[in-house]
Amino acid sequence: MDALTLTTKPKSADIGVDNVALRYGTGDNAVLALDGISFHVAPNEFCVIVGPSGCGKSSLLYLIAGLEERTGGTIAVGGKPVTEPGADRGMVFQAYTLFPWLTVAQNVEYGPKRKSMPAAERRAIVEHFLQEVGLAKFANHYPSQLSGGMKQRVAIARALANDPQVLLMDEPFGALDSQTRHSMQRLLLRIWDHSKKTVLFVTHDIDEAILLADRVLVMSGRPGQIKKEIRVGFSRPRSMDLVMEPNFIAMKRAILELLKNDEDDEH
Amino acid sequence: MTLAPNATSPISHIVTKSVDQNQPGRSVWKAVATPFQAVSRPLAITLSVLVWVAVIGGWFALTYSGAVKEMFLPRPESVVSTTIRMALDGSLWEHVLASVQVVLIGFVLSSIVAVPLGLTMGTYRIVQAALDPLVNFIRYLPVTSFVPLFILWIGIGIEQRVAVIIFGIFFQQLVMIADSARGVQRDLVNAAYTLGTKRSDTVFHIVFPATLPNVLDVLRVTMGWAWTYLVVAELVAARSGLGYISLKAMRGFQVDVIFMAIAMIGILGLCTDQLFRGIRRLVAPWAN
Repeated sequence: MDALTLTTKPKSADIGVDNVALRYGTGDNAVLALDGISFHVAPNEFCVIVGPSGCGKSSLLYLIAGLEERTGGTIAVGGKPVTEPGADRGMVFQAYTLFPWLTVAQNVEYGPKRKSMPAAERRAIVEHFLQEVGLAKFANHYPSQLSGGMKQRVAIARALANDPQVLLMDEPFGALDSQTRHSMQRLLLRIWDHSKKTVLFVTHDIDEAILLADRVLVMSGRPGQIKKEIRVGFSRPRSMDLVMEPNFIAMKRAILELLKNDEDDEH
Repeated sequence: MTLAPNATSPISHIVTKSVDQNQPGRSVWKAVATPFQAVSRPLAITLSVLVWVAVIGGWFALTYSGAVKEMFLPRPESVVSTTIRMALDGSLWEHVLASVQVVLIGFVLSSIVAVPLGLTMGTYRIVQAALDPLVNFIRYLPVTSFVPLFILWIGIGIEQRVAVIIFGIFFQQLVMIADSARGVQRDLVNAAYTLGTKRSDTVFHIVFPATLPNVLDVLRVTMGWAWTYLVVAELVAARSGLGYISLKAMRGFQVDVIFMAIAMIGILGLCTDQLFRGIRRLVAPWAN
């Protein structure tokens, strides 16, 4: 299997979220974290959710991944209702979640191995995706020997190697310094241009949101609701210089304003 | 013992050589004054040798000065000669083997149940809810109080000694292993799910490898406890073993034999400890 066949036939599905609610606790202590969330992500779309911290945007990803149970509404990926976690929904977490007991290559190989894919095929996939994230030389290193940025690159490779239908990313660059964060954004833009997976990406960094997204969903604070949806029309492939464009800055200002109103509502 | 006049020279020698070439003695002072300050390997070895020399030197001083009667504290060389005598006539090996056998059987039987059960307990709240109160009750019961009961139930054969060891370490192992399983980072499990891991495979694919270094540490520590309970069991009912010869030696005032038995247990403990450290380095190289 060569790199081309790997990248030309990626699986990709849509995400349908309909009237989803999430409530923690019961009775007087109940907290409504998400309320009446509805949106749709098209196949191959890069959709980013921004919102103030604690608005439940991460919880929303966990619900779609099937890692948490919603208390209302329906979620479907590729038309199939979400009832439990599965390999069709890959996820990159904010915390470092590489398996420390496996080498970089073995981490990337983990998903294909669960599918009982033949060893030769697995090796080709591992090689391809380590190449893709620029870590082929580190195949035999353990995660503890890697920097934070490298760990997240492996995490992305590991998620993509499993060929999920959608890729869920929960503030994957949130713990990185700004230099590393920028190079990770460039890397993600390049990889996404190759794979065209459906991506749902959560962040509180507005620059990051506009730079990456086809569409930005702005969420309000608790209870989390979709406040506004903004199409990002900038042509691709995009460069980091985009952040200096007047159109970019105008869009950033609009989103900031939306989030600021939200703060005012709270006080 | 001519410790005092020369005591500082080996240290300052090491210091000038490897740590702080300009100011000998400063790195020692720095290591004493600074928490978590690293110590060079030659200095560490020198210090540990000095402590051993001081302890054995103190032993010589106490016995040769007549401060303690030989009936209570044997001279070092008589412990050595007793060890050599018993090693040559084979009785030492017979007793060592008897003890090692009991410790190993007890330890292995306990561990092969405690490791999987502990991991299950730490992973599945429902198992923990069921077992925790009972386990925490039993683990505070003094093992020694069960020795007469075990003799009544299973006699004075090897089974009795094995039972004492199992009873002594099993519940401790269970609690500590369950604790380390509970400490597995939840997002590791979540990541595994999103990569297609079945819920029923979580213990095997995630919890076990994630806790392996901890589990090996638990086994290493409880191995030490197994030796303690062995002596307890052998003191009460046994015909061979290091605890048994200690008891017999006490009746005949052979203090040197008691010392030999204690030293043998120490050496065997040290060996198993190193063995476990070696295994840990081998099977969990990522955790070093």
